[in-house]
This record gives sequence, C-alpha cells and structure tokens, in this order.
Amino acid sequence: MNMHVSARSNMLGFMLSLVLTLVSFGMAMKGGLPESVALAVIVVAAVVQIVVQMHFFLHLDASPSQRWNVMVAVYTVIIIAFIVAGSLWIMYNTGIRMMPMAQP
Amino acid sequence: MSATSAVLHDDHAEHGHDATENSLFGFWVYLMTDCILFASLFATYAVLRHNYAGGPTGTELFDLRYVFVETMFLLFSSFTNGFAMISLHKKDRMATIKWLFITALLGLGFVGMEVNEFTKLVTEGNGPDRSGFLSAFFSLVGTHGTHVSIGLIWMAVMMGQLYFKGITTATTSRILRLSLFWHFLDIIWVGVFTVVYLFGVI
Repeated sequence: MNMHVSARSNMLGFMLSLVLTLVSFGMAMKGGLPESVALAVIVVAAVVQIVVQMHFFLHLDASPSQRWNVMVAVYTVIIIAFIVAGSLWIMYNTGIRMMPMAQP
Repeated sequence: MSATSAVLHDDHAEHGHDATENSLFGFWVYLMTDCILFASLFATYAVLRHNYAGGPTGTELFDLRYVFVETMFLLFSSFTNGFAMISLHKKDRMATIKWLFITALLGLGFVGMEVNEFTKLVTEGNGPDRSGFLSAFFSLVGTHGTHVSIGLIWMAVMMGQLYFKGITTATTSRILRLSLFWHFLDIIWVGVFTVVYLFGVI
C-alpha cells in the first residue's frame, strides 16, 4: 500500500465524507421526498463515500504500484456480489415457496 | 507490495522497506477476507430485516441523532488517524503518539455509545433473542464493534511501543497496518449506518 499520506488528501477525504454523511442522514431524517428517491440518494451517497474513503484514506488508485491491491479489491467485490445477491435471491424464493397458500 | 516489485527491488538492499510493503499487501488481503465476513453478515441482515416476530421494528428502536453522533466519532477518528500517519512520516514520535491517543479516545467514544445502545436494547427485552431482525442486527453491528475494540487494544499497544521503542522499521510497519485496519472499519461503518439504521427508519 502507498501510505504516504498528505495533509491535503486527508482533509479532502474527511470533508467529502462529512458532506456525504450529512446528505445521507438528512435524507432519512427529513421527510417530504418520496421514499424511493430518498433510498436512491442514500445508496448513491454511501457508494460514493466508500469510493472517496478508499481513494483518499486508503490511497487506492489506478497507479501501477496499486495494481495488486486493486485486483484483490475487485475480486472481493465480485465475491460480495455473489454472497449478497445470491443469498437474497435464494431466501426470497424459499420464502415464496413456503407461503401457506402455496400448499395444495 | 506486489510480487514483481519485490523481485525488482531485491538487489537494492531495501529489505526493511520491501518487508513492510509485503506485509501491508498481506494485511490488505486479510482485510478483503474480513470484507467477505461482513458481506455474509450484511446478507443475513438483509434477509432477516423484516422478521420482527411481533417485536419492535427499526423505526421504533433506532434514534438517528444518536447514530449520527456515533458516526461522527468514527469519521473524526479516521481523520485524526491521518494526522498520526503524517506525524509518523515526519518521524515525530510524540506527535504520532498524541494523534493516536486522540484517535483512540474518539474510537472509545464510539464503542462506549454502542455498548450503551446494546445495554439499553437488552434491558428493555429487545436482545438478540427477541426476533430474527434483532439477531441479525446484533451479529452485524456487534461484529463491527468487536473489530473497533480490537483496534483500540492494538492502538494502545502501538502507543506503548512508540514510547518505549521509538519510530523503527518494525513499529512503523505495524502502525501502517493499524491505520489500514482503522480506515477499513470506518468504510464498513458507512455500510452499517446506511443498511441498518437509515434503511431501518425509512
């Protein structure tokens, strides 16, 4: 890992994270917006914040020195997608098939 | 860090540097497996999050202002941890200890608030045995809290090593890994407050 932290990237990462956190909590605490819009904004804010922290705090980027770190991270994201989407899919189906009305 | 760069730099008598880079890469691989552990817990929570078994829902249990303060403790601790790393690169031992101490205090504030929240839930009869939702909630949030607590112990040990051994290749290498661990836990927390608390209240 490239751990040569600069004060600038530390400050930038912190400020961006702070703003994104405020947006997320603001969406959930202040009503008014349709639920689907609020949910979408919160999901996008979380994904952006994770990317921001990975970039500014963990210094993951496209540089050659980071290639292996990024590869492992990308592989992990694929595994996570399988685990989360797969679990939800299987359990949703199981739930539907075990509904009382599905019985003859 | 990479296998190729380790080979390329092998002639350069930079063994301390290469060892640090290699162990950082190894630690990164560990963090990614830890990520998969958390993904399993997130998946479990996503499956069980509406299984209230007649018990309380997220809207009834979660206080977003409380969670926001918790989140701020962790975010500020990631920020002060960055200052500890900057001091470490300047070889300023006392400043590194000072920033690590502030980081640990903020982390302690986070863990304290979480322990308080858990205690309140359990004494009100809303422990992990109440419903599938609460089982999954305690597993996910508790695992994250345990990680932060272990990070605090690690931080205390590193403050001691800095004080008694100073900034050496070995202590620097350990503090760099601790820093990765700490930032990683803040990233996991972004997922936790989004999926558990914000989704739970909307």
